[in-house]
Amino acid sequence: MRRILLSLAFVFCATTLFAQIENSQVNGSFQIDGQYYKVDEAIGITSETIKGQKVGLNGFGKINYSLGNFTAGIRYEAFQTPLSGFDTRLQGFGIANYYASYDNGTVAVTLGDIYDQFGNGFIFRTYEEWALGFDNALRGMRVIYRPAAGVTLKALFGKQRLYWVEYGDAAKRGVVRGIDGEWDLNQSFETLNNTKFRATVGGSFVSKYQKNTNTTYTIPENVGAFDGRVNLGYGRFAFTTEYAYKINDPSAFNNYTFNAGQAILASLSYSQKGFGVIAQVKRVDNMSFKSDYKGVKNDLDINFIPPINYTHTHSLPAIYSYATQPLGEMAMQLQVNYTIPKNTIIGGKYGTKITADFSMVNDIKRNYILAEGQEAPTHIAGNSGTLGYTSPFFAVGDRKFFHDFNIELERRLNKKWKLIAQYINLYYDMDIIENHPGAPVVKANIAFVDLSYRITSKQSVRFELQHLWDNINKGNTTEESTFGHEDVYKKRGNWAAALVEYTIAPKWFVSVADKYNYGNPIAGNRDHYYTASVGYIKESTRIVLTGGRQSEGMVCVGGVCRVVPASSGFSLSITTSF
Amino acid sequence: MKKTLVLLFLSVLFLGAKAQSDLPNVTLKNLDGETINITELQNDGKPFVMTFWATWCGPCVKEHNALSEIYQDWQDETGVKIFAVSIDDSRSTPRIKPFVEGKGWEFDVLLDVNKDLARAMNVSNPPHTFLFDGNGKMVYQHTGYFEGAEEELYEEILKLVE
Repeated sequence: MRRILLSLAFVFCATTLFAQIENSQVNGSFQIDGQYYKVDEAIGITSETIKGQKVGLNGFGKINYSLGNFTAGIRYEAFQTPLSGFDTRLQGFGIANYYASYDNGTVAVTLGDIYDQFGNGFIFRTYEEWALGFDNALRGMRVIYRPAAGVTLKALFGKQRLYWVEYGDAAKRGVVRGIDGEWDLNQSFETLNNTKFRATVGGSFVSKYQKNTNTTYTIPENVGAFDGRVNLGYGRFAFTTEYAYKINDPSAFNNYTFNAGQAILASLSYSQKGFGVIAQVKRVDNMSFKSDYKGVKNDLDINFIPPINYTHTHSLPAIYSYATQPLGEMAMQLQVNYTIPKNTIIGGKYGTKITADFSMVNDIKRNYILAEGQEAPTHIAGNSGTLGYTSPFFAVGDRKFFHDFNIELERRLNKKWKLIAQYINLYYDMDIIENHPGAPVVKANIAFVDLSYRITSKQSVRFELQHLWDNINKGNTTEESTFGHEDVYKKRGNWAAALVEYTIAPKWFVSVADKYNYGNPIAGNRDHYYTASVGYIKESTRIVLTGGRQSEGMVCVGGVCRVVPASSGFSLSITTSF
Repeated sequence: MKKTLVLLFLSVLFLGAKAQSDLPNVTLKNLDGETINITELQNDGKPFVMTFWATWCGPCVKEHNALSEIYQDWQDETGVKIFAVSIDDSRSTPRIKPFVEGKGWEFDVLLDVNKDLARAMNVSNPPHTFLFDGNGKMVYQHTGYFEGAEEELYEEILKLVE
């Protein structure tokens, strides 16, 4: 560890000396999110959550340096204390990330913290989402070799980041190593380029090694996972598929069951100008893959199984957003994008854009292997120490986790007015998705309208109205019936939300918003979340001051989208890059 | 140790080189699956724009709809080209092509599936727009989108072609 730091320091010294060389370049970015808290028990900001500290602060600064084929970078992070909603293990500060890399086009070598992904990430993906406090960077080494046009080979190994927790020995945290190959046939066979046919194939192997310290079970110390993928295109059609298989990998996450894991995703699409349609199917079975078998939540995830449903960013539909269930799901998605041409009766003078999307996720079918007297579990993978269950590959489980049907229209009404309208129908099994045993299912309808009016060429005003109708509401659910299950009803019931934003392009914005959970069955939860923001943007610098009460979730104001934690009080956010 | 590193970090910052204006050495794919090295992006000596966006980002979609409406005029007048870099992850990668075609956008779309280019160019929150001159030097950037922001971008493009 210390040796790596020293050698890196040496590299930096050396590069500083070379800094006068004309081609060397520096870039970087800096972000600081500060929050002054008020205790606001109604929305879950208690003196406990803010731990007596009135100020939360998340910040980072990073610098990249490049000279010809050489690049190096460093990122400093500080969480003093982490903003509420972030994992408390982020508390601390220091150099969280560093790397140095050399790439001459044929060979690329990276030392330090590595972000990479094989295919869709089914068996390997390291990435960083600052706004979510997520970072599973692989600290180690990677070599990329491109022996011929269209062929890319990768090999890497290392250990993953877990907040500021010491990397430790092979019992504490496993070593991850992987190889990946991808071949673009069109770049190898010139004759293919005279046809409408396109093909790319790829495959990978990833293994982790962790010393077994479990006294009850013989945990496999080496766990391997395989992945194969094919992308085909013919004219306007595209077909992509990927399949992954993981050998037995008992873990705390899958209740120490020994069955193998599998995942498959297939997509078929057709697109031409003004029209695009895509259908996707996915099956996931026991595919949680972590470099510590004791890991919980998202800790030390080696892989990423993408959810394929529509990603909502408006504040009300984002209350109930779906996350992949790595232990098992069968999912499908169908999306149509169409632009009704302009100067037609339906399309109007400017044309109308329509997106319709349907996605649905069910459980996989499981035949449980049970201990004597054990009842079939509903969520976990079965009896620990056994294979857990068997699952017929093509059978869809009876339990529905989620569905989302939505249709969106986007139309310019005239020179001044623009309209976006969306209707959403949601089914959300809170029990499974949020792990609240016994929570009633959410069946909601949501309407959204975004109307913008251009006052002058640079000034405009935007109105956003949203309403959510919940099947559980103060009219049909008494407060008494919620006793003992208050956490399940925190955000239930009807919601209404409104936002007004005034902008002077491209530099200034002011916005006020309110979100009101007026239909909550518990009178004490019928809260308003009101905020006011003012922001200034110049080139890549953005400064925003917000006051009020924020519920956690994705917020798109001031022209960008970010994930924000629940808060009450004032916050200041500064982002810049150079 | 940490102090030394921070000092070094600062010395690189202050004594070091010019701010980055070149395209970083990152390889991405386009919608047809072809690999493209970003250092080789160019537009026959004419300026080009690089926008970072995502299918789930409302302001990004608005910006690209606005750019789409005037793209033909901009091309006729200045020859500018727009590279729209999607930072969607594998959640939505296969949906990008039908999405872009369905919206009728005619930009050159690049897929930055694991944010390699976004990291190299210090993009924190989408949308983020960069303007490069005919030699591939970055001359202007802007984060966020409000109605009408494309006009300032166009003024910057005009400065390059005059």
